[in-house]
Order: sequence, then structure tokens, then C-alpha cells
Amino acid sequence: MSLGKEMSLKKMSRTHVNCTINGDEVDFLTTDATSLLDALRDEVGLTGAKEGCGTGDCGACSVLVDGRIQCSCLIFAPEAEGRHITTVEGMADGEHLHPLQQTFLEGAALQCGICTPGFLLAAKALLDENPAPTETEIRYGLAGNLCRCTGYDKIIRAVQEAAVQLKGA
Amino acid sequence: MKYAAPTTVDEARSLLADNPGSRVFAGATDLIPQMRSGRPEPAVLVDLKRIDQLMAVSHGEGKWTIGAATPTADLTRNGAFSGMFPGISEGAGLIGSDQIQNRSSLGGNLCNGSPAADSVPALIAADARAVIASSDGTRTVAVAEVVTGPGQTSLADDEFIVEFEIDDAPANTGDAYLRMIPRTEMDIAVVGAAVRLTMDGDTVTDASVVLGAVAPTAVRVPDAEAALVGSRLDDDTLAAVSAAASAACNPIDDKRGTIEYRTQVAGVLAKRAAVIAADRAQNGA
Ligand SMILES: Cc1cc2nc3c(=O)[nH]c(=O)nc-3n(C[C@H](O)[C@H](O)[C@H](O)COP(=O)(O)OP(=O)(O)OC[C@H]3O[C@@H](n4cnc5c(N)ncnc54)[C@H](O)[C@@H]3O)c2cc1C
Ligand code: FES
Ligand code: FES
Repeated sequence: MSLGKEMSLKKMSRTHVNCTINGDEVDFLTTDATSLLDALRDEVGLTGAKEGCGTGDCGACSVLVDGRIQCSCLIFAPEAEGRHITTVEGMADGEHLHPLQQTFLEGAALQCGICTPGFLLAAKALLDENPAPTETEIRYGLAGNLCRCTGYDKIIRAVQEAAVQLKGA
Repeated sequence: MKYAAPTTVDEARSLLADNPGSRVFAGATDLIPQMRSGRPEPAVLVDLKRIDQLMAVSHGEGKWTIGAATPTADLTRNGAFSGMFPGISEGAGLIGSDQIQNRSSLGGNLCNGSPAADSVPALIAADARAVIASSDGTRTVAVAEVVTGPGQTSLADDEFIVEFEIDDAPANTGDAYLRMIPRTEMDIAVVGAAVRLTMDGDTVTDASVVLGAVAPTAVRVPDAEAALVGSRLDDDTLAAVSAAASAACNPIDDKRGTIEYRTQVAGVLAKRAAVIAADRAQNGA
């Protein structure tokens, strides 16, 4: 089969998805078996969400769907229809980093950075719901995010510091 | 593979009837990892989450009704539900991380058919029922009758669970679920134990004991229940509960736990869960 024909067959079986991503209305084409993670990265061009495992264990692909933290590798792309999705690209306010992004930077809470977008969004979801979490609550709240480089203490401290700043704000 | 998102139970019914080889799903937290590891793709994937009835938790007429696709986070955060059934809430609350809890459903946890499913033992201990939609109507069966073996259920291909029903717990009733895992979070149960007790003062008047992860399906332990009823939870009773729980085990041997280990831990967890359930029955959750 020629490549051209294969492409057109692929196109025929594609689904059109409309949703809101980081406040903007977005529509994209995808196949039904594609994960939201792959659609975000390959169709929408937002590469902040990362694939660490593809099976829900590492949290690197975490995004907010209607405000709730979920693994985009465990979501079929067409499920996004009509939903509000937030990726790490939507956390900063223009040039102003989100307090979590700032405290992660200042506290050196990252090394290679693969896990960071997922940690930032999971921490945001945690603080949105519980503005003054205990250390234990933070550790459990971030249990779905794995980091192979940094060690968790700096990440926990960055979240604690951001919680203090957000409360003062 | 086609994705479909019906908005009513009837629409889901016809999709399943018209498309043999299709599959319902809720959170896909079991389904997608299984597809990635090579399970065949269904012809049509039927997403149950756009059907309001399957996404609701409600209370009325002496029972709780829990939509089968509702994220478990919605159940564990429901204070009134968790107050009446702390053990069910504990079991459901152990499923994975927050990311998973915002997707994982009771229907998926049950129908995936894992012997280690954390929400199942306490649901069985509470005599929960599953309301099942099939092509020609609905039928209601005990949750205990849904899973028939690892990965196997008694549902026909065109059937799915719409909701779960749990009768209000009688006065002075408490439940508890404990599981053993090698880590503190994010692992699969080596043993799970649910106990539900109704007390009259210091005396147990009704008891359910259900174990997970120690047999091909969750198992009730009638000998432990018999030892509990009429007792005051003295040391001899608790020893009998432990012995009965260990005797009910028919576990696998794997890297998470040997047969001997699982068998012994089942006895320990059943005893501890009974003590917690009794305290909740007498003093509230
Ligand atoms: C990282 C991670 C950690 C996990 N940790 C745990 C844990 O600690 N304890 C635990 O018990 N599980 C755990 N799981 C497994 C899984 O999250 C749970 O079993 C969850 O409850 C499945 O629900 P779901 O809605 O995602 O199921 P889905 O994946 O949507 O469905 C699972 C199966 O059930 C069927 N099904 C779903 N809904 C229905 C219905 N209403 N009627 C009929 N059939 C239906 C589907 O066809 C499929 O075969 C974990 C999973 C991951 C990825
Ligand atoms: S890539 Fe999704 S959890 Fe690891
Ligand atoms: S910084 Fe490398 S995985 Fe976390």
C-alpha cells in the first residue's frame, strides 16, 4: 500500500475533538485509540506532559481535567470532548511563574525535569483543595508522582513554601 | 477500535447489543494498561462516564445508590457515606494515587475481576447489590456473585453494572478494611480483610468477614463469622477468627508474598479488622 493511501485511510478514521486547553478553545483530530497524552503532544503541540510509564504509575503525564488531577496516559483522546484541560503550559500567568514553579526553581526541586510538570500540577490540585496541607498530606497527595533524580524532600519543601506564599497572597 | 460515549443507559444497551465484541469502561485505569500489554482491542469502547445515573452518589429510602462509573474519590470524599461505611471508604480510598482515584470506579474495580481489588471485600461484607443492565431489562444480584474467578465475571457480554445499592447499616454497626502491601502506598494487596459487626453492648449480634487476595475471588469466612456472633470479642474469639481466616485461604505464591505468609497475615488482619469494626460499632467511626 502506498504511503499516500495509508495516510488517507488514517484520516478517514479520525475523530474531531473540541475542548478547552489552558483557557483556549482547541480542536484537534485523533484516532479513537490515541491517549490524551499523545494527542496533547503530537496533535496539539503541547509537550509539557511527559510519558514515563504509560500505565498510570509515574504521574509524569498528569494534567487537570475539569480541575481534577488525572494521568493523561490513561485517558482516551476523544474523552476530552467538551472538557477543560490544564497542562503545565497553562500554569504561569504570562511572564509570571506560578508560585509553585517559582519555589521549585528556587528550591532546586528538579534535576532532569521529566517529572516536574506532573509534580507541579499534582501539587496545584492538592493546594487548590487543601491550602495548608501537613507534610504527610503532601507526601500522600504526591504519591502518584515518581522522581528518579531529585529525592522527594526538596519537592515537599517547595510545595510547603508555595503553600505559605499562596496563603499570604 | 471506535469510541462511543452514550448519555443514557438505553443508548449504552443498544450499542452493546448492536456491536458484539464491544466493551464498557469507566476510568480505564485497568483497561488501558491491559491493552498496552497486548490484550486485544475491543471493536467498540463504550465510555460510561457521560451517563448521569452512573456518575451519581445518592441516599434515600433506606439505602445508598452509587453509580458504577463514579470516581472513587467522589465516594471517599462523601462524609455521610464514609461515616456510615468507613470500611468501604477505606477500601475504595486505597486504590492508587489521587490521579487514579479521580478515575477509578467501583464497577471497574469489581468487573476487572482481580482477587486483590480493594473495594470489593467491604462491599461484600455490607451485602451490597449490583444493578445490572442487559439488553432486555435489569437484574439485581449480590456483589458477591459478580466475580467468578480471576478476570471472570457472571455478566453476559452485553450486560453492564449501572449502580450499586447498599442498605443503610443497622444501628450499632461498624465496618473496617485493612490490607497488607510491601510499601506504604501504590501497591497491590497481598492480603485484604474486611469485617463488619453489629453489637448489642459488648456482644456481637451480627458479623461478616471477607478476605481479598488470598483466593481466586474475594471469599467470605463463615467460620469466623460464627465465632464472632454471640461473643464479646475476647482473646479466644479473636484466636478463632484468625484461625478461620487462615484456613479459608487458598492463595497464590508470588514475589509479593508466599502462601505461608499470605495465610498467616490473613489471620492477623481479620482479627485486627474485627477489633476496629467493633470499636466503630460501639463508638462511631
Ligand atoms: C497506578 C495504579 C494503581 C492501582 N492501585 C490499585 C489498588 O491499590 N487497589 C486496587 O484494587 N486497584 C488498583 N488499581 C487498579 C484500578 O485502578 C482499579 O481496579 C479501578 O477501580 C478500576 O476502575 P476503572 O473504572 O478504571 O476500570 P476500567 O479500566 O474502566 O474497567 C476495568 C474492567 O471492568 C469493566 N467494567 C468497568 N465498568 C464496568 C461496569 N459498570 N459494568 C461492567 N463492566 C465494567 C471493563 O470492561 C474492564 O474490563 C490501580 C491501577 C493503577 C493504574
Ligand atoms: S506516563 Fe502516565 S503515569 Fe506514567
Ligand atoms: S527530576 Fe528527573 S525524574 Fe524528577
